Amino acid sequence: MANVVSIAAAAASLPWDVEVVRADFPALAQLVNGHPLVYLDNAATGQKPRAVLAALDNYYQRDCGNIHRSVHQLGERATEAYERARRTAQAFLGAAEPREIVFTRGTTEAINLVAATYGAANLRAGDEILLTGMEHHSNIVPWQLLAERTGARVKVAQVNDRGEVEMEEFERQLSPRTKIAAFGHISNALGTVNPVAEWTQRAHAAGAVVLVDGAQSAPHLPIQVSALGCDFFAFSGHKVFGPTGIGVLWGRAELLEAMPPYQGGGDMIASVSFERTTYNRIPYKFEAGTPHIAGAIGLGAALEYLQALGMARAAAYEQDLASYGAERLAALPGVRWIGQARERTAVFSLVVEGVHPHDVATVLDTEGIAVRAGHHCAQPIMDRFGVPATTRASLAFYNTRGEVDRLAEGLEKVRRIFQC
Amino acid sequence: MPELDELYQELILDHAKRPRNFRVPEGADRRAEGFNRLCGDRITLFLRLEDGVVRDAGFQGAGCAIFTASASLLTEAVKGKSEQQAEDLFRRFHALVTGHADQAQAETLGKLAAFGGVSAYPVRVKCASLAWHTLKAALSGDGAPVSTEE
Ligand SMILES: Cc1ncc(COP(=O)(O)O)c(C=O)c1O
Repeated sequence: MANVVSIAAAAASLPWDVEVVRADFPALAQLVNGHPLVYLDNAATGQKPRAVLAALDNYYQRDCGNIHRSVHQLGERATEAYERARRTAQAFLGAAEPREIVFTRGTTEAINLVAATYGAANLRAGDEILLTGMEHHSNIVPWQLLAERTGARVKVAQVNDRGEVEMEEFERQLSPRTKIAAFGHISNALGTVNPVAEWTQRAHAAGAVVLVDGAQSAPHLPIQVSALGCDFFAFSGHKVFGPTGIGVLWGRAELLEAMPPYQGGGDMIASVSFERTTYNRIPYKFEAGTPHIAGAIGLGAALEYLQALGMARAAAYEQDLASYGAERLAALPGVRWIGQARERTAVFSLVVEGVHPHDVATVLDTEGIAVRAGHHCAQPIMDRFGVPATTRASLAFYNTRGEVDRLAEGLEKVRRIFQC
Repeated sequence: MPELDELYQELILDHAKRPRNFRVPEGADRRAEGFNRLCGDRITLFLRLEDGVVRDAGFQGAGCAIFTASASLLTEAVKGKSEQQAEDLFRRFHALVTGHADQAQAETLGKLAAFGGVSAYPVRVKCASLAWHTLKAALSGDGAPVSTEE
């Protein structure tokens, strides 16, 4: 099978050897503009370990058949690999059953699915949807669309100066009319880790159903949906070092069963006639048409890779990078970052006084350092901190202290060029 | 490998730090807005025309160094130009920043030739040309905001 055994995974019980981990990611070993690549745009997308590339290759080279409808060998292998990926996702999230795992195109589609099905079936005029001020656009716009359609209202728990939503504020915005609370586990713009288990308890007490946007937490924290207590959890394959175009919606079986279908088509039906169509059981009810089979298999490989590596160990290593980064960057004159939450991941939304983020990113790129400049699809939080954009450096478990030093040197060069 | 000092030439850094004509000209009779969704560059461009000739130009807004310098140098370059001449200038400027101008053509652009380095940075072309798209809108006078995404 496509299970390339990773050297890093085999070393799971030893101290974190970042060079061994890096060797699993071929894209990291390249020169960009004449310098060794320093990839610090992990919040946008992660690089892919060999195990993922091999799984994709294996599907296309050996097992390429359609799923759930072929009697032949290739189709059987494809189906087996696809369903195995579902079980891997179940284990990765600590979900009760594989049928609670719905494959989607990504976090965005997962949230849209819940809004369009659960939301449309359960929300009425006057009901409320609670979000926070640090959501990604993909956890804002689907709810606005739902609100327009149903007459429900979107409410927003505001962010304090450190980049946190305080519990009192969260509770203040909850009401008996709150039917859905949807919030990010980790902010992609600030790196804030939200107390989602506590928020979920409060939201449940108010009678709301809870969706957690896990796009930024699935790559960086061990996740147990049972411990979070939420009702839906969404994440994207490409951010957990898997392929693009695939993601997961986890939902409680009883909720998924009661929800109307999302899209109509093949695979989502039990039987079709022009008089009457009955829908397939979950999760297939929500997987109309031929899905991204290779993507799901590649995602399964990515999740197996992460499990072998150990998410808790990866998170501990990233925390060390985060404190080293904070120390190193705080020492640079004219450089600050927004988001000083007490619980943070290694994300630095940088502001260089007097220099626009795009100019910062261009200078860093010529040094081979990949960061993102812009509003990070989170305009409300940029407005909250009074900046149109930032230069974001977001780290992962394969980054090094040496790369943090390269970033700091790059920022010093920015200040030299712009003489500020 | 693109050279940074080709992009951030002295002239560009100077205009980025101290933009000229960063004001609303008295008697301005044309105005247009431009917005670059990607990086949030924003400009309001003002013109005063007399007999089809730009007599004064100024701008307000905020954005990156390439954008700010481009807007600043634009307001200097279009003064005294007819609408036709201004549009011709934009055509030649656009050819320069997209890498379609040779040395001789670049030299006809005077100070604007400083933007030649932009062509090595495709994602920055929008930053250099936003003010010019906005100029076109101000001249055609339809008043609709300009976005570089179009
Ligand atoms: C917090 C958060 N939510 C949602 C998304 C959307 O993910 P995708 O574009 O993969 O659907 C992102 C990606 O940037 C994100 O960071």
